[in-house]
Amino acid sequence: MTKTTAIAKTAAAPQKSGGVSGAKAQAAVLRTLVYAAACLTFGALLCLIIYIFLKGIPNLSLDLFSPTYNSENVSLFPALINTVIMTLLSLLIAVPLGVFSAIYLVEYAKRGNKLVGLVRITTETLQGIPSIVYGLFGFLLFVTTFSWGYSLLAGALTLVIMILPVIMRTTEEALKSVPDSYREGSFGLGAGRLRTVFKIVLPSAVPGILSGVVLSTGRIVGETAALIYTAGTVAQVPPDLLGSGRTMAVHLYALWSEGLNTEQSYATAVVLLLIVVLLNAASGALAKKITLK
Amino acid sequence: MKNKLKENIMSGVFLFCACVSILAVALICVFLFANGIPAMKKIGLLNFLLGKKWKPGNDIYGILPMILGSVYVTAGAIVIGVPIGILAAVFMTRFCPDRLRKFLKPAVDLLAGIPSVVYGFFGLMVIVPAVRQIFGGSGTSMLAASIVLGIMILPTIISVSESSLRAVPESYYEGARALGATHERSVFMTVLPAAKSGVTAGVILGIGRAIGETMAVIMVAGNQAAMPGGLTRGVRTMTANIVLEMGYAADLHREALIATAVVLFVFILIINLSFSLLKRRSESK
Repeated sequence: MTKTTAIAKTAAAPQKSGGVSGAKAQAAVLRTLVYAAACLTFGALLCLIIYIFLKGIPNLSLDLFSPTYNSENVSLFPALINTVIMTLLSLLIAVPLGVFSAIYLVEYAKRGNKLVGLVRITTETLQGIPSIVYGLFGFLLFVTTFSWGYSLLAGALTLVIMILPVIMRTTEEALKSVPDSYREGSFGLGAGRLRTVFKIVLPSAVPGILSGVVLSTGRIVGETAALIYTAGTVAQVPPDLLGSGRTMAVHLYALWSEGLNTEQSYATAVVLLLIVVLLNAASGALAKKITLK
Repeated sequence: MKNKLKENIMSGVFLFCACVSILAVALICVFLFANGIPAMKKIGLLNFLLGKKWKPGNDIYGILPMILGSVYVTAGAIVIGVPIGILAAVFMTRFCPDRLRKFLKPAVDLLAGIPSVVYGFFGLMVIVPAVRQIFGGSGTSMLAASIVLGIMILPTIISVSESSLRAVPESYYEGARALGATHERSVFMTVLPAAKSGVTAGVILGIGRAIGETMAVIMVAGNQAAMPGGLTRGVRTMTANIVLEMGYAADLHREALIATAVVLFVFILIINLSFSLLKRRSESK
């Protein structure tokens, strides 16, 4: 790494060996393009964040956090609560499911097991499916076939399928990075496979699993298309899990499609963006912890 | 004895969990195809895929405008996002001091983590008015959608390209430098070509993201269900078609929307397949 930087630095210095001026011009053009692309990319990000914050923060008010929603206060509080419920419910189902399947893939499956290949292909497929297709599937299976109607539960189960590959992949990587000597030591002391997995391997893989959980939380919080036709768009906290309720991202979409409350939608966007930034910071901190180990 | 039983039960549980993802893909395929294909038959496959008119009120269901809408908007996103994304990845691997990179890496992750409604909202408030001022018209247009999507696929392209650029052996670069090539020339003529298949995989993944994106596109694309009329006119994508009409659709109309999702799903499967083929090839190298 330091080597690369050193070379990069010498290259950045003016070339003494009087090369053909054409080569110099070419280098200058390429360098300009590269810098311009970097500026555009990070400029766009900065522009987005600054714009949303500048427009949104002045519009934040206590009214927005009143316990119930009505057309006067346009409160985002019920949506916030729904987001928390939705996140917890999805994680509650998806985390054990994802962790257990990763345990199977890493600790139990024998080399050359056909099932492992199939699971790999299906998780790769799941990762590429657009969220609207998940939403439509959730609508067909949970909302109509199971006739649950628009409900938090239908939304959460749809999200479970969506985040399952993320949790599986991160857990798999975390399990693989646990040194084999841990397992051998545990077996050597007479522990069974199950005991070894739960007492020795899983505890050392926790930070990796957690980073997957944070990543999934980010996806749940930002998800819209998969939820509109599964969890529905009612702007209140439902009495039970079979009631419809909208999360923050759906709330923002609903405000846009009603087209009435621009100020409040700015404020909602700020809160949503803030949550995402915090989650990203958390996952960054976790990742740092893993690499430091 | 009791332990043995516990071991067996739990290994059964683990096996079952591993099968859930297979079950999920199977269920998604069954439900989409079972609900979508009958509609294609009723409408007629060619009428459905090549029909230029979408008028659910008159039972006319042609999704060519939406297919073209998706393809054009994705193409626009590629034109904008791919060069910038690859160049930015080159910047991050070869032009960027370590200290700066510590900030840029999380920035790319954040770009990937921002919800699509927030992108849509930003597009609506900043990009749409800009397009309106420069080109006239309403501003909600193919161009606005392409720009928003172009920004949204950047993190995908950057992170995949970056990791494949990093995997290129240092000796390639050093060899080029030793032959007297400039830093820029060495990077663009030796390192970048060596990472070609990884970079292409990133681009394909970006295409998948762009074609499947829904909320951001709905908010900025105008959504007219007519043949795309030009860069500054509105378009409707397949994804937008589903979200906009699913709420009130019934009978054949609803089935036609599910059939739209089937077409989208087939597009995605093809894209996924080519991505995994390319990834495997770049890994086996």
